[in-house]
Amino acid sequence: MSIRQRAVMAGTAWAASQPVWAEYAYNLQIPASKVAQDVFDLHNLIMLVCLGIFIVVFGAMFYSLLKHRKSVGHKAAHFHENTTVEVIWTVIPFVILMGMAYPAAKVVIDMKDTSNPDISIKVTGYQWKWGYTYLNDGVSFYSTLSTPRDQIEGTAAKGEHYLLEVDEPMVVPVGKRVRLLITANDVIHSWWVPALGAKQDAIPGFIRDSWFKADKIGTYRGQCVELCGKDHGFMPIVVEVVSEADYKIWLDKKKGAATTAAADDSKTFDQAELMARGEKVYAGNCAACHQANGMGLPGAFPAISGSKVATGPVDAHIALVMNGRPGTAMAAFGGQLSDADIAAVVTYQRNAWDNKTGDAVQPAQIAAARGGAEAAAPAAQ
Amino acid sequence: MTDAAHAHSHDDHSHGDHGHHAPPSGMMRWLTTTNHKDIGSLYLWFALIMLFTAGSMALLIRAELFQPGLQLTNPDFFNQLTTMHGLIMIFGVIMPAFSGFANWQIPLMLGAPDMAFPRMNNWAFWILPVAAILLMGSFLLPGGAVAGGWTMYPPLFIQGGISYDLTILAVHIMGLSSIMGSINIITTVLNMRAPGLTLMKMPLFCWTWLITAYLLIATMPVLAGAVTMLLTDRNFGTSFFNAAGGGDPVMFQHIFWFFAHPEVYILILPAFGIVSSIIPTFARKPLFGYASMVYATASIAILSFIVWAHHMFSVGMPAAAQLFFMFSTMLIAVPTGVKVFNWVATMWKGSMTFETPMLFAIAFVCLFTIGGFSGLVLAIAPVDIQLHDTYYVVAHFHYVLVSGALFSIFAGIYYWLPKWSGHMYDETLGKWHFWLSVIGMNIVFFPMHFLGLAGMPRRIPDYALQFTEFNQIATYGAFIFGFSQLIFLVVVLKAARGGVRATDRVWEGAEGLEWTLPSPAPYHTFETAPVVK
Repeated sequence: MSIRQRAVMAGTAWAASQPVWAEYAYNLQIPASKVAQDVFDLHNLIMLVCLGIFIVVFGAMFYSLLKHRKSVGHKAAHFHENTTVEVIWTVIPFVILMGMAYPAAKVVIDMKDTSNPDISIKVTGYQWKWGYTYLNDGVSFYSTLSTPRDQIEGTAAKGEHYLLEVDEPMVVPVGKRVRLLITANDVIHSWWVPALGAKQDAIPGFIRDSWFKADKIGTYRGQCVELCGKDHGFMPIVVEVVSEADYKIWLDKKKGAATTAAADDSKTFDQAELMARGEKVYAGNCAACHQANGMGLPGAFPAISGSKVATGPVDAHIALVMNGRPGTAMAAFGGQLSDADIAAVVTYQRNAWDNKTGDAVQPAQIAAARGGAEAAAPAAQ
Repeated sequence: MTDAAHAHSHDDHSHGDHGHHAPPSGMMRWLTTTNHKDIGSLYLWFALIMLFTAGSMALLIRAELFQPGLQLTNPDFFNQLTTMHGLIMIFGVIMPAFSGFANWQIPLMLGAPDMAFPRMNNWAFWILPVAAILLMGSFLLPGGAVAGGWTMYPPLFIQGGISYDLTILAVHIMGLSSIMGSINIITTVLNMRAPGLTLMKMPLFCWTWLITAYLLIATMPVLAGAVTMLLTDRNFGTSFFNAAGGGDPVMFQHIFWFFAHPEVYILILPAFGIVSSIIPTFARKPLFGYASMVYATASIAILSFIVWAHHMFSVGMPAAAQLFFMFSTMLIAVPTGVKVFNWVATMWKGSMTFETPMLFAIAFVCLFTIGGFSGLVLAIAPVDIQLHDTYYVVAHFHYVLVSGALFSIFAGIYYWLPKWSGHMYDETLGKWHFWLSVIGMNIVFFPMHFLGLAGMPRRIPDYALQFTEFNQIATYGAFIFGFSQLIFLVVVLKAARGGVRATDRVWEGAEGLEWTLPSPAPYHTFETAPVVK
C-alpha cells in the first residue's frame, strides 16, 4: 500500500468515525471490484492534485486580496506581461496533466477488456424495468421495482432500501468475470452498479458490452442513469453476489420455475384465476402509464377503462398488447410476457373498472395470435 | 461609413443629445428600434424575465426533491420541469444576456456608431420572444411541455407529443436569432473599429465575443440539422435515429454534442471577456497577459471542436476513441489555467477595491475554477463513466454556468449599469445580493458533488433514503439563492428610475472608450469616430 493510499484510508477512517458524518454518503461507494477500486484511487489522486493547485493559486489570490488593496494604502504596480512566467504556467499544468493521463489510460484499457468471461448475461432495458437473460444457462427473467406504491406516495413508512429494491435481482457468483451484453427495447437506458464499477448505456438496436468481477459476496444496488421517460427514477438494479454453490442452487430453481411457467401456457383458466393473475401482470407492466385505476394520464397515456380497444373486438386488443404502438411509449409485450400472462392481463383489462365485457381470454388464443403476429413483427427476445 | 457618421454629427449639434431621429414613443419604439442600445436593453430584460421563469422551475424541482417520495409533482411533470429549466436557462437567459452585453458594449468599446446591420439586429431579437412563447405555451398543450431532457436524445424524443415538435421549431428560431446576432458582431468587430484601434488593442470582451460568434456560426447549423432529423423521424417516417430502419440513436448524440460542446464555450467565453474588463478596473492595473488571453481564448475555441465525445463515454466506444477524447479534453485545462493565472496576476500588486462588480468577478474566478476542477475529474474517462449522469455532473455544470456565466452577467450589469442608466446602483443592496447569492449558490450546488459520488442519478423525481440530507441542504440553498435574486431586481429597477448621478468615468480605474462618453450614454454615440492612439 502506497503512502498516498494510506493517507486516503486514514482520512476516510477519520471521517467515518465522526458521528455527524455517519448518515451522510459523501464519497464514491466502497468498491467491490478491481475496476471500481481503480476508479476510486484515480479519483482520489486527481482530487489531491486539484486540491494542491487550488491551495497554491487561491492562496496567492487571497494573499493579494488582503495585502494589495487600496484601503491598506497599496499602490498599483504597472507590469502587464512576463513571457517567462507565462511560459512556465503553461508548461507546468501540461506536465501535471500528462502525469494524470498515464494511470487513467491504463484503467480505460482494463475497463474495455471484456474478453474471457466466465458468464455472459444479456441485459435489456425496457420502459421501465430490466430483463436479464443468462446466455450460458438459458435462464431469463424481468426485474422490476418492488417498492410498494404507497411508500412512494407517502402513505406508508419508507423501507430501508426504498427505490433500490427489485422483485428478481440479478444473481452472479463471486470472483467470476461476468460479461454483460447490454441493449434496450424502446429508448436508451443505462445500466449502472456503482460498487461494481460497471456502467454502460443500453441502446435500442445495438449491443454494447461491459464487464465486472465482484470480489465480495453481498448485495449491490444501482439505478438506470439515462433519462428514459416518466419512470426513469423507478427502475433500479440489484445484483446479488453469492457463492458458487448458492449460484448453482439459484440456477436450478430458476430453471424449474421456467418449466412451470411454460406449462401454464397450455392450461385453461377460469375467469377468476385470469383476473387474479391479470391484476398482478397489470400492476407490473401497465400501471406505470395507464395507472392502477385504468384512467391513464390525460394527454400522455390513454385510459383503458372505457376505452374503445378494451371494450371492442378482442383480437384487436390482443394485437395491440402484443405488438405495441410504434412511435409511442406503448411497448410490444408479445416478446416480454408469456401466453398465460398476456391472456390474463387482457382479460383483466376487459373486465376491470368500467369495462364489463365478460370475456375470458385463454393462453391458446394468444398462441394462435402469435402465429400471425410473429410473422409480421418478430418478438424482441 | 465615416462620411455617414460625419453627416449625423452635424445634425446632432443643432438638435442636442437626442439626435434628429427621435424614436417613436411607446410600444412602437421597442418593436421597430434599430438602435443598438435599445436592442441591448431588450435582450437583457428578456433574459431577466426568463431567469425568473426558469428559476421558478428550479425552485419547484428543489422543493420536490426536499425529501424522498413524490410530494408536489408527478414524474412526468418533473421531467418537463428539468427539461424546460435547462432549455430556457441556456437559450433564454445566458445567451440573450450575453447578446445584450454585446449590443450595448461592442459599439461603445470600438467607437462605432451602431452595429453593422441594425435591421437584422432588430429581427435577431424579436424572433426570440416567439421561440419563448412556443416553449412556454407547450405547458398548456395536451401531454404538457417537452420532457425528454434538454439534450433531446432519441428515441425518447420521438415518443413525445405535439410540444416536442414545437420545441424543435423553437430551437430553430433561437438558432436563427443567434446566427443573425453573430453575423452582426463579426462584421461590426472586423469593420467598424475606430481609427487606430487595432485588433490586438481592442478590449478583450470584443475578442471573446468575436470568437464566440464564430463558434455560433459554426455550430448552430449543426444543431439545426440534428433537430430537423428529429422532426422528420417524428413526422415523416425517416429513420435517421431508428435502428429498426437502419439508423443509429447514438449518431444523434455525436451530432448534438458536436454542437453542444462548443455551445458550452459560447456560454462562457463572453463571461471571460466581462471579467477581464472588470478585474483591471478595480485592481487599477492593466490586464496581465492580454496577448496570451487572446491566444488562450482562441485555443479553447479550437479545442472545443475535438472533445465532444467526452459527453458520451458511457455509450460505449473503442478504447482508442476514449483515450483520444480523454486526452483532448484534459488539454483544455491548459488555456483555461492560463486565463485564471492571468486574472490572479492582474490582481497581484494592484490597488484593489471591492465594489459589487469586483466581488462578483472574484467569486467568478474562484468558483468557476472549482467547476473547472470537477471538469478535469470528469475528463478522466474511467471516473467519468462512474459519475456520468449523476448529480456530480449537475454540480459541475452549475458551478460553470451559475457561478461562471450568471455571476459574470451580474458583475457586468453592476459594472456598466451606471453608464447605461446614468445612475449609480445601490451599493448596500448590491453587496447583500452578492453575499446571499454566493453563499446560497454554494449551499445548493456543493452538496451535489457528494450526491453524485455516492450514486444519485440526475433527472429523477424521487430518491433513495441515503441521499436525503444533502438534498435537503441543497433545497435550503436553492431558496436562499432564488429569493436573493429579487434583491437584484430591486437594484436594477431603482437604478433605472433614479439615484445618485454617475460620473462619465464611473469607476476610478476604468479604461476604454465607453468611459469617455457621458453617463447615461446618449441615444446616438460615436457618430464621429474617436481616434485611438
